Amino acid sequence: MISIENLAKDYNGTRVVDGVSMQIEGNSITVIVGTSGSGKSTLLRMINRLVEPSAGRVLIEGRDTREEPAHLLRRRIGYAIQGHGLFPHRTVEENIATVPRLLGWSASRISERVAELLTVFQLEPKTYARAFPHELSGGQAQRVGVARALAAEPAVLLMDEPFGALDPIIRAKAQEDLLDIQRRYGTTILLVTHDMDEAFHLGDRVGVMSGGRLLQYDTPERLLTHPADPLVARMTGLTDRAMRLLSLTTAAALAAPGSCAGPRIAASASLREALSELLWSGSEAGLVIEADGSPRGIVTVAAILAHGRPA
Amino acid sequence: MRFATVLRALALALLLSFLIAPQRFAPLFAPLTQYGAPPIYDQGNLLSLALAHLVTVCVAAAASTVVAVGLGILVTRPAGRQFLPLSRTLVNVGQTFPPVAVLAVTVPLVGFGEKPTLIALFAYGLLPIFENTIVALQTAPPAVLEAASGMGMSGLQKLVSVELPLAMPLILEGIRLSLVINVGTATIGSTVAAKGLGEVIIAGLLSNNTAFILQGGLVTGLMAVLLYDALVALERRVTRTVQA
Repeated sequence: MISIENLAKDYNGTRVVDGVSMQIEGNSITVIVGTSGSGKSTLLRMINRLVEPSAGRVLIEGRDTREEPAHLLRRRIGYAIQGHGLFPHRTVEENIATVPRLLGWSASRISERVAELLTVFQLEPKTYARAFPHELSGGQAQRVGVARALAAEPAVLLMDEPFGALDPIIRAKAQEDLLDIQRRYGTTILLVTHDMDEAFHLGDRVGVMSGGRLLQYDTPERLLTHPADPLVARMTGLTDRAMRLLSLTTAAALAAPGSCAGPRIAASASLREALSELLWSGSEAGLVIEADGSPRGIVTVAAILAHGRPA
Repeated sequence: MRFATVLRALALALLLSFLIAPQRFAPLFAPLTQYGAPPIYDQGNLLSLALAHLVTVCVAAAASTVVAVGLGILVTRPAGRQFLPLSRTLVNVGQTFPPVAVLAVTVPLVGFGEKPTLIALFAYGLLPIFENTIVALQTAPPAVLEAASGMGMSGLQKLVSVELPLAMPLILEGIRLSLVINVGTATIGSTVAAKGLGEVIIAGLLSNNTAFILQGGLVTGLMAVLLYDALVALERRVTRTVQA
């Protein structure tokens, strides 16, 4: 768990982060969203002390981050950035091994870990271990960047616009991968983005920042149904907030017992996708199907519409 | 590419065969002499002069490299940034002060021989290495540097394992410029009794022997061209592993 207490940063008399306090739960994904210049990147970089706070403090598992030298702290915290920042003169294997090497892991442990991560990130070790970054596609380089950040099994992973440079299709895939990785390793992830859809899709909790202040920090549902500030309501999207709300719940959650002849809807699909499918096929109800092919129940247009209204 | 390789091999073969057995080329140079003067330099061994010349240039370049790269690193660190204008001025003076004038100033201090030449070449060769080092270190990709810090590298680790390897092609280019300029400039060392190919040229000037002048000039020129080529090849090798 990460506690941020009254954190502030001044640059030449300008306050870019203004008294932010928040509790980040362990084993979850927290997303900070804001426009450029909102101070979200600075907030993130104060956690691993790439930026030293002007005031306030950060506790990780109850320990003040200032208790140890900054570079030692950073070896315990994963860090992935936009445009990946891979070392161009080192192979994929060497890039991923960066932090384990700094920590003095044995060669056999390092090569085991590198092979494991390459497999997890769907990069065939034989083909990619000895490749140089310039030989990779954008999506592959981004995955190597995240693999490098996770190499030393950090409990906390910080990500600064990690998918910002990817095209929409690769980006969606990278987001799914990140959710899998989080479940697999139980890492506490703090991600910064300007993309509200990405924030809602990934975040267990979402913090909205503007002008250096944390306007609201809450679950995606609560941000939509109970915005604490007009700016939050505007940023979360006044015109399509009902659809956003629907995209936060899966069809499985709304499935009622029964059977029907309507279209088949995957249990993992969001209500937004389910509604779209029902509208397209002109059906009143659809059959929710589990990943293993067994029916879960039915979901009706009426039930979905009811769910799209704030409680 | 193949044609260039053949040309390079030919130039090297020509240079070596001339240095090892210069008398064989006598008929070639004979038409340039008058009144039965010797067509090939005969007051010393051409091979050992060429080697001495090369050693002087290389020692000076090594010293320039150590100082210029060291200064370049210093002034690109946060703590040393304030020394950038001063260092730049000093290094520029080294380049603008003519090497001949450096010789005139240093001979009374260190005496005749190799030393004043080394000092002149050292000062003259600093600028290209220094400027290239600074540009290379200042233009390293910010995302890569940010990642290096974010991974938990200390300042020294970042410098040694990321910044310098990425700067290497440009630093090598600076060393190449400095070396090649100094192969030619080193000939003036012979005016203060440093061993080198300048001796051949000066002997030619004193005895009005065009053949000597040409020999000294051609050997120096060929050495410069071959050195340039060899270093370009080395830079290409380094760049291939560093390219982004």
